[in-house]
Amino acid sequence: MIEVRIHGRGGQGNVVAAYLLATAAFNEGWHAQAFPAFGAERRGAPVVAFVRLNDKPIRRRCQVAAPDFLIIQDEALLQVPGITDGLKPDGCILLNSIRSKESFADTIKNNLITLPATQLATEHLGRPVPNTALLSAFIKLTGLLPQTSLSKALEERFKGEVLNKNIALIEAAATDLTAGLWQETANA
Amino acid sequence: MRKALEGSQALAQTVALCRPQVVAAYPITPQTHIVENIAKLVANGKMDCELVSVESEFSAASLVLGAACAGSRTYTASASQGILLMSEVLYNIAGLRVPMVMTCANRAISAPLSIWNDQQDSMAVRDAGWIQLYCADNQEAVDTTIQAYRISEKTELPVMVCVDGFTLTHTLEPIDIPEQEMVDQYLPAFKFSRMLDPRNPTSIGTLVSPDFYSEARHSHHHALLDAADEIIAADNDWEKLSGRSAGGLLAVDGPDDARIGILTLGSVYGTLSAARDEYPELPATSLLKLRAYRPFPADALRIACQGLTDLIVLERALSPGYGGIVAAEVHAALATGTAKPRIHSFAVGLGGRDIPLDIYRQLHERIKVAEPAPFAIIDVRLERLPVEDFGIDLTTTDASNG
Repeated sequence: MIEVRIHGRGGQGNVVAAYLLATAAFNEGWHAQAFPAFGAERRGAPVVAFVRLNDKPIRRRCQVAAPDFLIIQDEALLQVPGITDGLKPDGCILLNSIRSKESFADTIKNNLITLPATQLATEHLGRPVPNTALLSAFIKLTGLLPQTSLSKALEERFKGEVLNKNIALIEAAATDLTAGLWQETANA
Repeated sequence: MRKALEGSQALAQTVALCRPQVVAAYPITPQTHIVENIAKLVANGKMDCELVSVESEFSAASLVLGAACAGSRTYTASASQGILLMSEVLYNIAGLRVPMVMTCANRAISAPLSIWNDQQDSMAVRDAGWIQLYCADNQEAVDTTIQAYRISEKTELPVMVCVDGFTLTHTLEPIDIPEQEMVDQYLPAFKFSRMLDPRNPTSIGTLVSPDFYSEARHSHHHALLDAADEIIAADNDWEKLSGRSAGGLLAVDGPDDARIGILTLGSVYGTLSAARDEYPELPATSLLKLRAYRPFPADALRIACQGLTDLIVLERALSPGYGGIVAAEVHAALATGTAKPRIHSFAVGLGGRDIPLDIYRQLHERIKVAEPAPFAIIDVRLERLPVEDFGIDLTTTDASNG
């Protein structure tokens, strides 16, 4: 079973990101589960969502305590205690940041990939919503799903201009990344 | 068709398949996305019903009561404080023997103010006279909602479908939404035998003097007891059509040689089921999924407990000053049986506290005692208690479990 924890802030589309990833995986034949750990919802507050993917039905409903992957939508959240707690020893972190991975602490930089997702989203959508760019990067790095699975999942949720702009965004977000870089962790 | 859906969205689509004519919506916290999604279906022309946006949960319940008396199939949903505000009307709906279905997206009750999941809300209206069915996953919630209309309309009792808030309502997972034809085949059009009709004037809700009140209560009580047969029949018939049972009154899963049982209501079942596979070194354990809480399936429970030495009753609510609500009833139900297991009464996951897999191991640890300890909130963190509470050992407080 693959477990992902997504950290973000209210308004960044954290729950939608979790639902999109689970939907994309479900459409590719996986058993998938996605759910948020809500606080009192308000824009800007730290929020968490969870995704599980498995080849068998998923019965557990506890929060993901030991994720294989972390997706962090705002680098300032790294300052919140406990954000990286429980990450498996070979686990990987995808971080929304304009900085290079070398500028981050030794404790996290080994399995870290950064993506300027807010910048990319602002260019393509005109809005600083980093979720779909990060998902696209995640899918490319892990090689778990075909890139088309994300656009298909987006088509179920969005249409028209919003959809088209997101499709362009997710293509751009994945361009410079090494396909399957995290495959070992994904297959572990 | 199997889709990846959020629980609330699946329930809205399912309600649409049941063709209610009137839906009351009070979509404000504490609510779920269910009626919001129904509003979208209506706005998009995919559902034909009178959707009434009301000014409170009291009005939501009153509106569906009136509409059902006029012969409509109705639906509404609420949770937490909303259920409490409805409670006066909930008693009326049941006492008047008016069929309807509502979803309780189970949430904690304030104070302290909480928006998160436990089951104190539906437990608070346990005695309102509704059938209460608890769902372990979203598929069961979908299937139970469809069955609930049939049960309700055959028994002329309202049915509350209890679905864990957030844990199920906000979880996206693969869910099979049945075809309309299948639901139509299963669920005939609603005809209320006592429908208000100006051509045949009757009164409902009139004053009942002491001459007849006891008889009305007697009838209501026995109608609920008798509803057990219809709950089983509805599930059997649905299984024949869809291939899925939602668990009848009480479902038991475990090896024949299990001597330990864990009884739960709602979605914690899935976590325990997964945990049992993760801890194969622990003693063989049966999981008892209590689906029908009202009517209470005492006979089925006695049969399910044959051969058990220990039964853990794990609840998501409590009766302060007493302890486990369901555990008290389990004690009473098993008091007359031949082989009575030791009963251990615990609450867990109150106000949305995460219930980790490890709870399964903790439960096995907790029951290694000479005598069952009194009721305890198993995941309470002693260091978070106010200073004046220290010195009270929560595992040995005098909260009797009967």
